[in-house]
Amino acid sequence: MSLLDYFKSTKPNSAKVAKERLQILVAHERRSRHQPSYLPELQKELLAVIQKYIKVDQDAISVNFDSDDEQETLELNIILPDEPQT
Amino acid sequence: MARIIVVTSGKGGVGKTTTSAAIAMGLAKKGFKTAVIDFDVGLRNLDLIMGCERRVVYDFVNVINGEATLNQALIKDKRCNQLFILPASQTRDKDALTKEGVGKILKELSKTFKYIICDSPAGIERGANLAMYFADDAFVVTNPEVASVRDSDRMLGILSSKSQRAENNDEAIKEYLLLSRYNPKRVKLGEMLSVDDVQDILSLHLLGVIPESQSVLTASNSGIPVILDENSDAGQAYTDIVNRYLGEEVPHRFIDENKKGLLGRLFGS
Ligand SMILES: Nc1ncnc2c1ncn2[C@@H]1O[C@H](COP(=O)(O)OP(=O)(O)OP(=O)(O)O)[C@@H](O)[C@H]1O
Ligand SMILES: [Mg+2]
Repeated sequence: MSLLDYFKSTKPNSAKVAKERLQILVAHERRSRHQPSYLPELQKELLAVIQKYIKVDQDAISVNFDSDDEQETLELNIILPDEPQT
Repeated sequence: MARIIVVTSGKGGVGKTTTSAAIAMGLAKKGFKTAVIDFDVGLRNLDLIMGCERRVVYDFVNVINGEATLNQALIKDKRCNQLFILPASQTRDKDALTKEGVGKILKELSKTFKYIICDSPAGIERGANLAMYFADDAFVVTNPEVASVRDSDRMLGILSSKSQRAENNDEAIKEYLLLSRYNPKRVKLGEMLSVDDVQDILSLHLLGVIPESQSVLTASNSGIPVILDENSDAGQAYTDIVNRYLGEEVPHRFIDENKKGLLGRLFGS
């Protein structure tokens, strides 16, 4: 390691941080780009149905669409409230 | 048949107009009849960078509206007789450009021109969409900076879904990366994303790296496309880019710092 490298290593490498942040963000945005257009509507209607039976918040449900060469998956996540309901 | 190239980026101020002027001049100097069109309606600037601002009589929108013929509106470059500029309109009417109008003009130009360069405005609005809609090739100008890389990726999404080729299920637009305003020194210090970093994220075909260079401002000050400044690093970078685009194998330059100062030699690395 040269003297210059020593000084360099004492400073945080902001380019590395930039790259990591971009990789996560771009991957996320690419996934949502390929989501079917009916997804937001589906999420809204599902929420309405679930709220008929369980008291959940707006953000308690998430619908995710994923696809690879093999298959397409639709993932539905509902976070139930802590207190038991009657 | 002409080849239509869109110079695009999503983000503003990354060097689209500088690039459009340079590659249009580069292709024309190679002997190909080339037209360069300013799609930045309301914010005309290509004419200034090309140095023909005082010769603008009619513009793109005049031709679309049938107020002038294409031949009346095209400005022939004084330095290269194969190069023609179609200036943008200064109208504030955002809807002045129509898909039909743009398509008709491009079709007519295609009869006699070999290359048509579309200088896209920033953003993802009408002007930007129409600039890329009819494209065969896309030059994605990106700066080594988070917002620019992200916007370039968004632009790639639009190219592959909203273009004529995408809508007709034709062969996809060929996408090329032009990494501009690159500073090898800052990359080495870990302060700037490297070519490889950007490539890891966008994975495009790299057409060239254009260094951050004072020669770009000097060139725009005098209305001379920087590619004509053959001694400048940016000018040489654009010459390489034109040659690579035309199929020549040219090794990449301006990626590493070449001249090492005294300090650099002392500390070594
Ligand atoms: N390689 C470079 N080195 C230094 N300065 C540059 C370089 N490329 C572009 N610039 C400068 O950056 C500024 C923006 O360039 P330019 O107008 O080409 O960008 P643009 O993408 O067309 O902008 P807009 O989105 O507004 O149309 C100009 O001042 C130009 O001189
Ligand atoms: Mg511009």
